[in-house]
Amino acid sequence: MNGYGFDFAGARLVALGSGALFWPDQDLLCVSDLHLGKSERRARLGDAPLPPYETQETLTRLESDIRSTGATTVICLGDSFDDTIAAKALRDDEALWIASLQAGRTWIWIEGNHDPAPVAMGGTFRREVVLASLVFRHIAKIGENNELSGHYHPKVTLSTGHNRITRRAFLVDQNRIILPAYGTYTGGLRSNSTALQTLMGPDTLAILTGPVPRPMPMPRLSG
Amino acid sequence: MLDRAKDPATLLIAPTGGGKTLAGFLPTLVDLAETPHTGLHTLYISPLKAWAADITRNLRVPVDEMALPIRIEDRTGDTPASRKRRQRADPPHILLTTPESLALLTSYEDAPHIFAGLKRVVVDEIHALAESKRGDQLFLALTRLHVLCPGLRRVGLSATVEDPKAIARLLSHHPDPCNILQADPGPDPDIRMLETKEEPPWAGGGAAYAIPAVMEQIRQHKTTLIFHNTRAQAEIFFHNLWLANSDALPIGIHHGSLDRYQRERVEGAMQRGELRAIVCTGSLDLGIDWGDVDLVIQVGAPKNVKRLVQRIGRANHRYNAPSKALLVPANRFEVVECLAALDAVKAHDLDGDTRGPGPRDVLCQHILIRACAGPFDANTLYTEIKTAGPYTHLSRTAFDDCLEFCATGGYALRAYDQWQRLQQRPDGQWQLRDPRAAQLIRMNIGTIQDTDTLKVRLRRARGGKPLGEVEEAFAASLTPGDTFLIGGQIVRYEGLREMTVEVSRDRGRKPKLAVFSGTKFATSTQLSHRILNLFKQDDWPELPDHTRSWLHLQRQMSQLPEQGRLLIESFPHDGREHVCIYGFAGRNAQQTLGLILTKRLDEMGLDPLGFVSTDYATLIWGLEPLTDATGLFTLEAMRDGLDAWLTGNAVMKRTFRASATVAGLITRNTPRARKSGRQATFSSDILYNTLVKYDPTHLLLDITHEEAMRGLIDFGRIEEMVARTGDRIDLRRLPRVTPLAAPLFLEAGRTPVDGAAQERLLEEETARLMAAAGLTN
Repeated sequence: MNGYGFDFAGARLVALGSGALFWPDQDLLCVSDLHLGKSERRARLGDAPLPPYETQETLTRLESDIRSTGATTVICLGDSFDDTIAAKALRDDEALWIASLQAGRTWIWIEGNHDPAPVAMGGTFRREVVLASLVFRHIAKIGENNELSGHYHPKVTLSTGHNRITRRAFLVDQNRIILPAYGTYTGGLRSNSTALQTLMGPDTLAILTGPVPRPMPMPRLSG
Repeated sequence: MLDRAKDPATLLIAPTGGGKTLAGFLPTLVDLAETPHTGLHTLYISPLKAWAADITRNLRVPVDEMALPIRIEDRTGDTPASRKRRQRADPPHILLTTPESLALLTSYEDAPHIFAGLKRVVVDEIHALAESKRGDQLFLALTRLHVLCPGLRRVGLSATVEDPKAIARLLSHHPDPCNILQADPGPDPDIRMLETKEEPPWAGGGAAYAIPAVMEQIRQHKTTLIFHNTRAQAEIFFHNLWLANSDALPIGIHHGSLDRYQRERVEGAMQRGELRAIVCTGSLDLGIDWGDVDLVIQVGAPKNVKRLVQRIGRANHRYNAPSKALLVPANRFEVVECLAALDAVKAHDLDGDTRGPGPRDVLCQHILIRACAGPFDANTLYTEIKTAGPYTHLSRTAFDDCLEFCATGGYALRAYDQWQRLQQRPDGQWQLRDPRAAQLIRMNIGTIQDTDTLKVRLRRARGGKPLGEVEEAFAASLTPGDTFLIGGQIVRYEGLREMTVEVSRDRGRKPKLAVFSGTKFATSTQLSHRILNLFKQDDWPELPDHTRSWLHLQRQMSQLPEQGRLLIESFPHDGREHVCIYGFAGRNAQQTLGLILTKRLDEMGLDPLGFVSTDYATLIWGLEPLTDATGLFTLEAMRDGLDAWLTGNAVMKRTFRASATVAGLITRNTPRARKSGRQATFSSDILYNTLVKYDPTHLLLDITHEEAMRGLIDFGRIEEMVARTGDRIDLRRLPRVTPLAAPLFLEAGRTPVDGAAQERLLEEETARLMAAAGLTN
C-alpha cells in the first residue's frame, strides 16, 4: 500500500496517494467529495454535456483502494453525489456497483452541502459520526478538535524551480484533517486561500497526492 | 472601387497607407448620399477593437463635411450595454465592429431585424484574419448575413500577400466569384542590415550589442518603430535602450501584455508626434496609420518575409516614398537569416503557409450560435455553411458529427440523453432544449485563446496603478523580492492579492527575471529554403566578416547543411555525447523532432538526457554516441514515435483545452470564475484524460490531434523535411563541437528527457521544504 503514515489525535492514519485516508486499527477507509453524477447534473442544468464517464472512473479508483486496504468500513465524507437528483439518476450498473462495494462492509454516507438528504441507496446516512477519538463531518468547524472533514477540495501548487506542480492535498494540523476531493470531476482550492488559511494552524502539514504521497509544510504565502 | 460596387465580392490589395479603408467605404457613402436608407446599410469588421473606434472618428470627418445624414457607430466588447441595446433596436447606417461582436449579434433572435436592409460588408485587414480562427468564425457569420440579406456585397481589404486568390476564396460567397483589385505596390523599400561596431553574440535574442547603433538611428530619424518578435525581448530591449538614452529622447513601449490605458497613452503620444521611438511587438502590426514614422527597425530574425514586408510598410505611409527599414540580427545565425530575408524582399517572394480546411471546433461554436438565434433545419444549415470559403469542402458526415457533438456531446456512451443541449423537434428542426443555455453559449463566443493571465498593479497604498498582465505560470514562479520588467520599469514582486500581482517600484538596474511571455514564431519554410540555398555559395561577400568566417570554418570542420540532404553531426563534448540534426524545419517541428528522436535513441540504448531546439537544428545530448542513423528518419518511424509519445503530452492537453473551449465543451476562464477560487471548476486535463481512457475516438480528440499536428507539433514541417532529404543522410562523426552546433549550447529552453523527472523534482523540493521547516519524514 502506497501511503504516508502519521499520528493524529492518538490514531495512526495513512494518507494514500489516491486521496483516500486509511485507518488501519479500524480497517476504515475515508474518502471525501466524490461528486458522483456530476456530468448528469451539469447537463440537466443546461451546461455543456461533459464526458459521462466520471462516476465509472471514481468508482474504479474507490474499488481499487477498498481492495488494496481490505477496509471493512467506508466513510464518504459528504458531497458524495453532485446533488440528490444525480444520485437517483445514476445508471443501473453504477448503482449496482456501489451496492456490490457495500456488501459485507459498514458504509456511512456523511451528508454534505450538495447531498443533504438521504438517497435511496444502501449504507447509513449521518450528519456526523464519532468513532473512537475521531469526529467525521463534511465541513470543518472552527474551535472543534480531532476532526476529519472535506468540502474545501484543498490543493497545493509548488514551484520546483523547473516547473510548477499542482496536486490535491491532505491538510493536517493538531486539530483537524481536511481531505482532498476524491471525485474525478473536481477542482481544488489552493492552500493559500483565506478559508484554508483561517482554518489551519501554523504548523500545518500538506500531504500531496500522486504516485507517492509527499508531505511538506502547507504553503501559506500567496504565489 | 465604385466601378465594382455591384460585384458580389471584391478583394482590394494595397500596401499599408494606400487609403484602402476609405476606398472600402466609398460605394457606401455614395449610395447613402444618393438614396435615403433606413436601418443598417454597411457593416465594417476589423480585427482590432481600438480600430473600430478610430475609423468611426475618421469616417465622420468627410461625412460631416459633406453634411450627409449618416449615422456611424462602433460596437465592440467595450461599448456600454445601454448603447448596445439601442443599436439592436435602432441600428445605425454604418456599424463598425469585430468578428466576435458580429458573431454575438447573429446569435440574437432579433438578428433579422438588426440586419434588415444590410447591403455591404467591409472586412478590413482580411490578410490577418485569414490566418486565424477569428477569420473562420467571421466567414461563417457572413453566411448567416447572406441568408438574412440576400444580395449582400462583400469587400475585403488586404495588405500585400503572397496568394491573393486564396484570400479571395475565403471572402467570396460560394460559388459566387470574387474580383481582385491590386493597387500599385509603390516603390521598393529601402532595406538593409544595420551595421554595428560590435559583433552579434553566438546565441540569444536580446540584441543588446546593437543598442548604441539603434540609438544613433533614433537620433537621425523623426519617428522609429522598433519591432520585436516577443514581448519579453521588447521589454529587455526597451530597458537597455532607456539606460543608453543619454539625450533623454521620448521613447515608448507598446505590447499586448501592457495595460490598455498604458497602451492608449503611447498610441496617443505617437499620433501627436511626441515620441521619437516606440519599442513594440506584433501589437502594432495592424492598426492606425502612423504618418510620421520614417524608419522601421526589426530586431531579431524576421522569421517570415510576409510579416516583415507588412512591418516595413509601417514606415513612410505616403504612397510614393520608399519605406525605410533596418534589420538587426540578434545572433550570428540570424545574420544569415536576415540576409536571406533581404533577398526575399527584393525578389518580392512572400511566404505563407497554406491553412488546412476550416477547423471543426469553430464550426461547433457556429452551430451553437445558430441555435441561440432560434430553431434551424440541419440540411439548410449545412448548405449555408458550405458557402463559406474555409468550409466549401466540408463533408456531410463531418457536419453531422459536429451537430451531434453540440446536441449530446457525441459520446460512445449514451448517457442522460434526456438532457441534450440541442433537441430535434417533431418537425425535424433543432433547437436549444433549455433556452437559458443561450446565455452561457453567448458568453463563450470567440476563438481567441486567452492564456491565463493575472493583472499586475502597484501596491494599493501607492496608488494601485495597473501596469499590465503576466502569465499565471510566471506569477506562480515568483517569490516576494523577485524583480522583473514590465512596461519598461523594474518592479519588485510583493505578493498576490485577489488574483492580482502586487508589485512595487524597484530602484535596481538589473531585473532578476525577465521572461514573462514567449510567443515564438517558427521560421517559414520558404525562408529556411533560402538559407539553405545561401549555404551553397562558395563565399559570402555580402555577409559581415564574423559570420562569413564562421560559415567557412563550419565547411572546413564538417559541412554546411544542404537543401536535398540531412546533415547530422555526432560528437563528444564535456564528457557527454551529442547529436545535432540540421532539419531546418522551424522551431516547433524541431522541438517535435527532438521529442520523437530522444524516444527512439532511448530505445536504441543511447541514453539521451535532454535536447534543445532552434528554428534550424535540434541538439540532443546523452551518454552513448550515435554511429548509425539508418531508419531513424523515415516518416513511418517518426509517425510511430509521435503517436506513442503524443497522447500523454502537455502539447496535446494544451491544444485540447483550446479546442474544447472553442467548441463549447468548457467555458472560458472568466476573471469572475477565477476569483471564486476555482473550487467548482476543474482542469481540462481531467476531461482530456477521461476521454482518452473511455472514449478514444471522440470527435474532440480527433480535432485536438488535427490541430496539434498543424499547430504546436507542426508535423507538416517534418514531412516537408523528410520529402526534401529522403534517405540522403550525412552522419558525420566528429572529434569536437562544430562551429554551427556551438550556438545551440547557449540556447535556453532545454527539455529534460527523463519521464520520471517530475516525480523526482517533486521529491527533492518537498524534502527540501520539510528540512527547511525542521521537519523530518
